[in-house]
Order: sequence, then C-alpha cells, then structure tokens
Amino acid sequence: MSVVQAQGLGLTFNTNDGPVHALSNVNLTIEKGEFVSFIGPSGCGKTTFLRVIADLEQPTDGTITVNGLSPREAREARGYGYVFQAAGLFPWRTIERNVALPLEIMGYPKVEIAQRIARTLDLVNLKGFEKKFPWQLSGGMQQRASIARALAFDADLLLMDEPFGALDEIVRDHLNEQLLQLWDRTNKTICFVTHSIPEAVYLSTKIVVMSPRPGRVTDVIESTLPKERPLDIRESPEFLAIAARVRDGLRAGHSYDD
Amino acid sequence: MTDRFRDKILPVTAILLAIVAAWYVGAYMLNAPFQRDLDRRAGETPTFSEFVVKTMTQPKPTLPAPHQVAVNFYENTFLRSVTSARSLVYHSWVTLSSTLAGFAMGTLLGIVIAVGIVHVTTLDRSLMPWIITSQTIPILALAPMIIVVLAAVGITGLLPKALISTYLSFFPVAVGMVKGLRSPDAIHLDLMRTYNASKAETFWKLRLPASVPFLFASMKVAVAASLVGAIVGELPTGAVAGIGSKLLSGSYYSQTIDMFAALVAGSVVAVLLVTAVGLTGRIVERAMGARPA
Repeated sequence: MSVVQAQGLGLTFNTNDGPVHALSNVNLTIEKGEFVSFIGPSGCGKTTFLRVIADLEQPTDGTITVNGLSPREAREARGYGYVFQAAGLFPWRTIERNVALPLEIMGYPKVEIAQRIARTLDLVNLKGFEKKFPWQLSGGMQQRASIARALAFDADLLLMDEPFGALDEIVRDHLNEQLLQLWDRTNKTICFVTHSIPEAVYLSTKIVVMSPRPGRVTDVIESTLPKERPLDIRESPEFLAIAARVRDGLRAGHSYDD
Repeated sequence: MTDRFRDKILPVTAILLAIVAAWYVGAYMLNAPFQRDLDRRAGETPTFSEFVVKTMTQPKPTLPAPHQVAVNFYENTFLRSVTSARSLVYHSWVTLSSTLAGFAMGTLLGIVIAVGIVHVTTLDRSLMPWIITSQTIPILALAPMIIVVLAAVGITGLLPKALISTYLSFFPVAVGMVKGLRSPDAIHLDLMRTYNASKAETFWKLRLPASVPFLFASMKVAVAASLVGAIVGELPTGAVAGIGSKLLSGSYYSQTIDMFAALVAGSVVAVLLVTAVGLTGRIVERAMGARPA
C-alpha cells in the first residue's frame, strides 16, 4: 500500500485579489520507505502539498490518501510527525518536556514517556540536554529537538517543511548526514520540502520538481545514488548529473516574467 | 559601584529633591495668604524667614509641607498601636484586605471572561463592547449604588467594597488575557493540530502557559486599580475604617495633614502591591524557563 497517493489534486485559495491556484492537478505516489524531496521556487505549492498531507489544508479538487486513509483520518490516527520550518519548541518546557508533549497528548503512560524521551533524544544526539530550555540551545540543536519530538510517537511518516532552511550551511550538512542515518535506522517514509538542489539530491530517493502559478509538479526524478551516501558523494558525476536535471526542471517550469 | 551611583542613585535623588523643593515652594505660596491674614489681625510683623517658617507649621494648612506630612505619617504608622483607630497601619490593612479580595475575584473573573471570548465566537463578537462600556461609567457614580443595593439585600462590610475593586480590576486582566491566550504562533497551533489535540489540551498545554507573561503584566495594572476601587468604595459608605474613610474624615475636619499622610499610606500600599505582583511574575516566569534578563 502506498503511503501517500494523490490524484488530480488541486487547491485554490480564494483571496481578496481573486483565486490563487496553490496546487493544480498533482498526481503523485509515495511508497513506504522512500525519501521524497519537494523542490521549487516559493509559491510552487510544495509546502501546501505537505500541509494537505497533514490535513492542515483542505484540497479543493481531486483525491488524496495517506496510509490508505483520508488525511483527516490519518491525522486523527496520529499517522505522521511534522517538522516545521522553525523548531517551534515551547519556550516554557525543557527539551525533554517538549519531546514529551505529543506523548502526553496521546496518553502514553509515564514510564513509556521516559523511555521514549531517552531513545529519541539519543537518536538525534541530544543526550545530556534533557533539562535545558530551548533558548539555551543553538538553532541546529533546537531543530534536532523538534525532530526528536516528531519521532517520539513512532509515526511511520515524517513530514519536514524546510527544517534546515534557517541554519547555516555547515550545520545543515551535518544535520543532513544525521537525517540520512536516522532514516536508514528507522526505515521511515520522509517527505522533505527544500529550496536547495544539493540538499534535495543528497537526501532523496525521489525528487519532485515543482513550479508556480499554478503550483504543479513538472518532473519526478528517481535518484540512482546508492543508499550509502558519504558527504563527498556530492562531487561525483552521478550526483552532478541528477543535480543538473533538477536545475533544468526548475528552469523549465519557472516563468521569468516576474 | 560608581556606575550604579551615576546611573541610578544620582538621577533618582535629583528628581526627588526637585519634587520636594517644588512642594515646599507650593506650600509657601498656598499657605502665605492665610498666614498674612493671621499676622495682620494679630498685629505682628514677622521677618521674611519667620514668615516662611510660619507657613510651614500651620495646624491646618492649605497645602501641608513635606516634613509635616512625614512627621504625621511616621507618628501614625510607627508610634500607634496597630489596633488604634488613628493608626495608618490599621487603616491600610482594612483597605488592603478588601483590595486583595477584590483583586482575586477580579483576576479570576477577567480570566474566565477571556477564556470565554477566545473559545466562544458569540462572546467574542458581543462581549467586548459591554466590557468597555462598563469601564466608561465613572466608578464614583457607580460605587454608592453598589453599596446601597447590596446593603438592601443584607450584604455589608468587606464584600461590597471588594466588588468595586473587582469591577475595576477584571478589565485589564480580561483584555490582557485575551491577547495572551491568542499569542501562540500559528506554528504552535498547527503543531497541536497535527497531534489531534483537543481544545482543552491546546488550552492547558499551549494557550495558558503562553499567556502567563500577559497575565502578570495586566495583573500589575489590575492590582493598582483594585486599590483605587477599595478606597473609592470607602468614601460613600460612611466607612469608619480604611484609607478612604481617613481621607473623607480628613476633608470634613480640614485635617489636610492627615489626608496627605493617608495618601502617602495609600501610595505605599500601591507600591508594595505592584512590587509583589511583579516579583511573583518574575519568579513564575523564571520557573517557566524565561531567559534571565
């Protein structure tokens, strides 16, 4: 069964300046265990698509299923973890209490909450920072804590909306590497929105290239890179070839009239 | 240390001295006509310095000099038994107790109203105009009615005064809490939605903690308003105790020095209350992980 299946998906926002076609006729299937990146200029609907999967926006056309259910049912079944562009930690909770937040809401017993906090903080290399408040951590560590929070309740699907967009390149490289290891260890399905071509190519098994007005999918690239990816794979000809194809796709879809 | 002296102590002292100096000048100017009249009738011709001293030592001056108020305040605060009807501590306590009762009820009422406004669309649309209207009615006009109406149904004593404090103090809390409960970022609300959190969970785990800084800021305003309410509540009731009654009896008998001393007592109580709320707020926010300033 596919994790996400979209057919003829469309979403139109009615604004004061008339309708905005955020998504138009999107057909996409995401299989279990895939790492799918969504790339495109702003306004191409990549974040909107992620939010539709998460039932944070309602489509106006077409159909979409998440884990075989409607997005709403999938959300009610707590079928996915969502990582936002900003870490979005609650400033009044320590790191461990932040990770505990979804677990408290989902009614896990106390003992299990403690175990899961320990396990997920270990997974994102934040051991020893349990009692710290968010402001005491760097931006990269905060974002890792928010990933731990999304992992804590073991949803098979992880939705990440430009999670490293606000971080500098060195931290971003490091987190990309860690994210791949984490994906490898947990065997989750990851949907990842990004602006960065190298990031998309480095991380993904599938790259979805999108373009704006109306937001639509212009190319879907299956990556031929091996699962094992050291950072220097980014200088290999194979990597550069895929990056070139992504860039061409972006250029073709982009109207330069604005 | 010298920095502290230059940045804090020096300017504060300078302003204080300027105020006291202006007060003395004012006392001289306002008391001089009456003193001149007295001297003329007694046929005395004092020198200028004798005359100045006389304007500052009248028993019922138009404007008491600062040292007269200070002496009166000191005597009635520290030299009287606290149960004496002349003790300012006694009167302050009477006013303070109804202030605190009214403040507690007002804060609670303000929070309840804010929760209603944030969660019920009908209340959101309809309640605010009424609340604002309630605050445009002069409390001085309303207070006697509240006292009389409650007395008619047999409620007297602390409660009517406290209710006037409540009336004044719920407003800043309600306004501040509406803003506070709506302060969570869209990202935080979306996050709670992805967890399929109920409204109650979103309230307890997100909206309420996020509103705490707003709550304490508005409580600072509310506690001062409560004190005003308690004092105003003592004026029309013929209350025998409290800072308000002290002000009233002072004005009946032209005991201006007593009135000013009572005003000073009132400001001291206000400063203590606002400081206490501020400190509590700091402690709570620190416990909630606020970055030390």
